[in-house]
Amino acid sequence: MYFCVFIDMAKVTIDDITIDVPDGTTILHAARMIDEQYGTNIAPPTMCYYSKLKTTGGYCRTCIVSVTQGSTKDPRPMPKPVASCRTNVMDGMVVKNVTSPELLEARKGVVEFLLINHPLDCPVCDQAGECHLQDLSYENGDEESRFKFRKRTFDADDLGDKIKLNMNRCILCYRCVKVCDQITDNRVHGVLNRGYESEISTYIEKAIDNDFSGNVIDVCPVGALTDRTFRFKSRVWFTKPVDAHRDCKTENCTGKVRLWLKGDDVLRVTARKDRWGEVESFICNTCRFEKKKTSDWVIEGPSKISHHSVINQNHYEWSKMILDVKKQMKQLEGVKVDLGEGALNPNNI
Amino acid sequence: MQLTNRRKVVAKKEMTLAEKLYLPAITNGMVITLKHLFKKSATVKYPEVKRVHAEIYRGQHVLKRDDNGAERCTACGLCAVACPAEAITMEAAERKKGEEHLYREEKYAAVYEINMLRCIFCGLCEEACPKEAIFLTDRIVSVDVTREDMVYGKDILVESMENRIDVSKRQTKEVLEFKKDKWHFHNQTWEDIKNALPEKKHH
Repeated sequence: MYFCVFIDMAKVTIDDITIDVPDGTTILHAARMIDEQYGTNIAPPTMCYYSKLKTTGGYCRTCIVSVTQGSTKDPRPMPKPVASCRTNVMDGMVVKNVTSPELLEARKGVVEFLLINHPLDCPVCDQAGECHLQDLSYENGDEESRFKFRKRTFDADDLGDKIKLNMNRCILCYRCVKVCDQITDNRVHGVLNRGYESEISTYIEKAIDNDFSGNVIDVCPVGALTDRTFRFKSRVWFTKPVDAHRDCKTENCTGKVRLWLKGDDVLRVTARKDRWGEVESFICNTCRFEKKKTSDWVIEGPSKISHHSVINQNHYEWSKMILDVKKQMKQLEGVKVDLGEGALNPNNI
Repeated sequence: MQLTNRRKVVAKKEMTLAEKLYLPAITNGMVITLKHLFKKSATVKYPEVKRVHAEIYRGQHVLKRDDNGAERCTACGLCAVACPAEAITMEAAERKKGEEHLYREEKYAAVYEINMLRCIFCGLCEEACPKEAIFLTDRIVSVDVTREDMVYGKDILVESMENRIDVSKRQTKEVLEFKKDKWHFHNQTWEDIKNALPEKKHH
């Protein structure tokens, strides 16, 4: 890497893959670097950490990893799993994530805690299909709930006329609070009360009317903050995501968005999300809530969505099919195919 | 390159005299035809005579209501995404205050349509449904003369409270056992929910 001349590098091994990263990198980022470099899938899941925001992470404990060797100088293992988003790598550190069954068991416990007060109303929730908690519990959680007590409940609340707050679904990741702190200039929204009673709220029901307040919807890993203009319009997997842009006059807004189309209607506008589920750039409320016509946008083409996602369900893109056929043709190029004796006779099939 | 192991070699051999006459082959065929004349017919005279169906026969769908008459469907779209024939479409709407007795949850299907011409009665919608809202029944879908009439809307699909449709025979023992567990919201009646609501908090 080009900056290795200036910065001390640390050698870290995560799930038996070794990589050199600059000193001061967190374990989580080292794992993400491995994934990007080798195409593996070992980065721990995150619910509260958000690389685009400062001082996030450390609340949810989903990104825990076990450190089996602290460093070359001090090879003792760390006594218990550590939050990888807040722990920096050391030279010679050995980390286990998916290769440690004990750790996966511990993460299962974390998921169970996150789901304790979660209402599991996915059939009603607009976030279903792109929900990080849903993915997390599918990949790491238990099939069944052991919680047999009454869950904490709140009435659904409106944060202004564009954002819906459903506190029941909130996992208190604080991402939206950080967005309001760091992206918008005037914070009117935060966490009230403490402990079990904590809840996200605006100060005395004050509406959020800031140019960038809509970004709290995108950073919310669950369906606690959702778009009121999209409320119950469609399930995400029946819409078609396309990347689009417009010349946005708002300061700091790139105007690069993802449109969720049904036919020619723009049902929803969101920021583009990268492989880690984080927005590529924050967008302003004008782009998000007011430009709901295809004529407002320059459409670049279908968004790339992981084929594991339910959003890709029932999308038959011609370009992809043609690509697949071309790929197969390339493999067969110059190979003589023997279909067998009499293969072209329809009676023999 | 050989694609399969099932290839057959076709031989073209000369026919014998008996084969060339075709007479034995014709008599053979006629014997089979005549035999079938005296066999029991494979068809019945519907609708005068109706066949006995299995309890889990997959016929016309029903959208269930709960015991208080509220519609169970919340328009989650899982049946539509599971449907291999893409026969199901729906539009959701938000329940308003005072409609709690009509719809079980916050969201409900304002429009729910199944295209019976597309439906292949595979029962995947029934399997996908998380709310015990859609079931296939042993009723046979009647024929119609226009394509529009074969798209069944909520007026046909939703059961009426006077004439409820029993689907308990389609449910396994485990499901019936689970339904007794009142801890799950899924199994609660509206009265249960109302009685269990915590007192309103004051800030």
